[in-house]
Amino acid sequence: MKIRTLGAAFVAVLLASANAFAAIKVVTTTEDLESIAREVGGDKISVESLAKGYQDPHFVEAKPSFILKLHSADLLILVGRELEIGWLPPLINQARNDRIQPNGDRYLDASQTAKILEIPNGQITRAMGDVHPSGNPHYWLGPDNGRRIAQLIQKKLSEISPPDAAYFAQRYADFDRRLAEAEKRWQAAMAPYKGVKVVTYHRSWPNFTEAFGLDVIGYVEPKPGIPPSPSHTLELIQEMKRQQVKVIMIEPYFDRKTPDAIARETGAQVIVLAPSVGGEKGVTDYFKLFDYDVNLVVSAIKQTGAK
Amino acid sequence: MIVKYRSIRGATVCATFACSSWLATSVFAQTPQAAPSATASQQSADPQQIRQELDRLRQEFETIRDSYGARLAALEAKLGASPAAQTTPAPVAPLPEAPAPPAAAAAAPVPPAVEAPGQSPQGGGAQVPSGAAGAGGPEGTLPVYGGAAASSKVFNPDMAVIGNFIGTTGENTIESAPSLEMHEAEVTFQAVVDPYARADVFLSASPDGLEIEEGFLTLTSLPGGLLAKVGKMKEQFGKANTMHAHTLPWVDVPIVMKNFLGGEEGLNDSGVSVSKLLLNPLFFLEATGEVYEGTSGPFQTHERNDVSWLGRLRGYRDITESTNLDVGFSFTRGHNDAGLDTTTRLFGVDATFRYRPLRRAIYRRFMGRTELMWSRRGQDIGDVSAFGMYASADYQFARRWFAGVRFDHSDRAYDANLVDQGPSFILTYWPSEFSQIRGQYRHTKYAEGVTSNEALFQFLFSIGAHGAHVF
Repeated sequence: MKIRTLGAAFVAVLLASANAFAAIKVVTTTEDLESIAREVGGDKISVESLAKGYQDPHFVEAKPSFILKLHSADLLILVGRELEIGWLPPLINQARNDRIQPNGDRYLDASQTAKILEIPNGQITRAMGDVHPSGNPHYWLGPDNGRRIAQLIQKKLSEISPPDAAYFAQRYADFDRRLAEAEKRWQAAMAPYKGVKVVTYHRSWPNFTEAFGLDVIGYVEPKPGIPPSPSHTLELIQEMKRQQVKVIMIEPYFDRKTPDAIARETGAQVIVLAPSVGGEKGVTDYFKLFDYDVNLVVSAIKQTGAK
Repeated sequence: MIVKYRSIRGATVCATFACSSWLATSVFAQTPQAAPSATASQQSADPQQIRQELDRLRQEFETIRDSYGARLAALEAKLGASPAAQTTPAPVAPLPEAPAPPAAAAAAPVPPAVEAPGQSPQGGGAQVPSGAAGAGGPEGTLPVYGGAAASSKVFNPDMAVIGNFIGTTGENTIESAPSLEMHEAEVTFQAVVDPYARADVFLSASPDGLEIEEGFLTLTSLPGGLLAKVGKMKEQFGKANTMHAHTLPWVDVPIVMKNFLGGEEGLNDSGVSVSKLLLNPLFFLEATGEVYEGTSGPFQTHERNDVSWLGRLRGYRDITESTNLDVGFSFTRGHNDAGLDTTTRLFGVDATFRYRPLRRAIYRRFMGRTELMWSRRGQDIGDVSAFGMYASADYQFARRWFAGVRFDHSDRAYDANLVDQGPSFILTYWPSEFSQIRGQYRHTKYAEGVTSNEALFQFLFSIGAHGAHVF
């Protein structure tokens, strides 16, 4: 009798744990993808990001602890466009998980359907700095690309778990609706400032500035990935003075020294935007990412009277 | 060239790099025969000429744009008709925005214009897409440029060359090194072989000749959490032995590697390696077993059975998100050159502590590492037990600057009474991720009673697509 109860309990525990394991284990490279995957996957998935939102996604360390995460992953979602080229390939090689190998059925490059800007043409060389031959990888900063990524994830999750396809479709539809509403809100907030000239640190923001009509006239970096140089900084200061640029957008993982010096010279304001979900405190999902950034940009423009 | 900023929105072809307005224009309308930098330098003297050249280029571009615009229209029509056939990034289903965004549309027609005919990726394709003929595009069969070879280029492996130039000054009567030397050019080829494996080949061209530094197949889809490598490779003994010269934080290698592992080459042999993740909730644990021909470093074979064996256990754990600890134990055994039946056994312990704050990852990092090695070498007089070690610390104190120190101490494997030791101080400057300039001051007290003071310097540079390194 006792043995039977124990056996039943054991089976129950097994079933419960089987249920827990039934969740599709998703690993994403960034917290933006994590947030979008969570929107679509709901409680049918467990999702974890390798990089943190306040980390420069180009320079993540290929830690062995990430190998463990990838080893047990049912699905890997990456930003692509060579953003993770410096760290993801050796992790995948050592993951001992053949499904997430490049072009495996559980390897999802989120950039497939996204709108990619700044795809270089012609001869490119590293004299141009860290160029991304297949376009600017910071595409998630355009809200419409969030929708495209979500749709891609919905498709993939439905493939992995066909019985839950309706659930994912419904969650995607809900995300799409809320995103459309939020976009209206963001657009309304930014509408008075179309064409305002700004300077950014790295080329992280083309999708953002395009979506909200800001005009990037220069960068703190002389070339992508190349640290600021005195001569370039001087030129940038002159150019900002000439064009009366009052807003400098930087990422949390860059040193503020040069942007602050430029701001002192030009009377501009430096704002540290969240380049990713998790990039700043309180930026806990894809919606809050734009709430946060749009708010900061709007208040900086108001305070400085930038045009 | 002076870099001027202007709005590059619209001029999307200027892409992810900063460029002057002149360069932007020339890249925008680049023709196969006009290299922008050459053109710029030739003509910078005469603004009139530049203007004319610009006009000419603009005209040329407009012609090209018109012809490709028509083609694009045709292609779009075709894509609209058969969404299944689309290969360019576009939304998977109806979205609020048009599938071809203006930027992509503007950029799309240009690539063929800037490529020499023979390099056209579409060169292999023969049939004109349906719809193109009607829209003013070419009719019938397209010329085949380069045939099958052109389209198969996408399967070429990633290729890179890493140059390692070393200069040495100061006096050293024990270990001679040239004053100036193009020490090595490492040529790498890396690619996925098939759905089950990838291959990495590293050829090392040095003043000694060309040799296979490494060349191995990695089986990535084995069951049971196994990972296997077959080929010639650096043996998984400790840390420094597994690293290529350009990934070491020093110009030279620690003395213990020279005394126990056969110098810069180290244990590097033909063999088979199998490793397995030992899954547990606490930390990363990996066990590796390897077997080699037995001819590298201290090992020598007298018959085929004299293979060398290696075992390694590596544990890793994140302490915080910024700090981690990496500890390994290695053991290897093989026959040596002292006699027909004598063996050398090596045991190693390595520990690495890393600190890299995530928010400041590109400005600050610290790595402290030590490797301790014990050698037991069978000789006709009996076993010789020797000990060797190094301890090193490297600190990145600015985005481009690293300072390091290393202390070496090692017996000689054949006679533990002979001890070499000394410190090194290293300063490294990184112009970019693709080049490094390093200086090292090395003070060595050799067992012979000779003391040497040397200054070493090194230029490292990498061109091409070199795969990321393992942690």
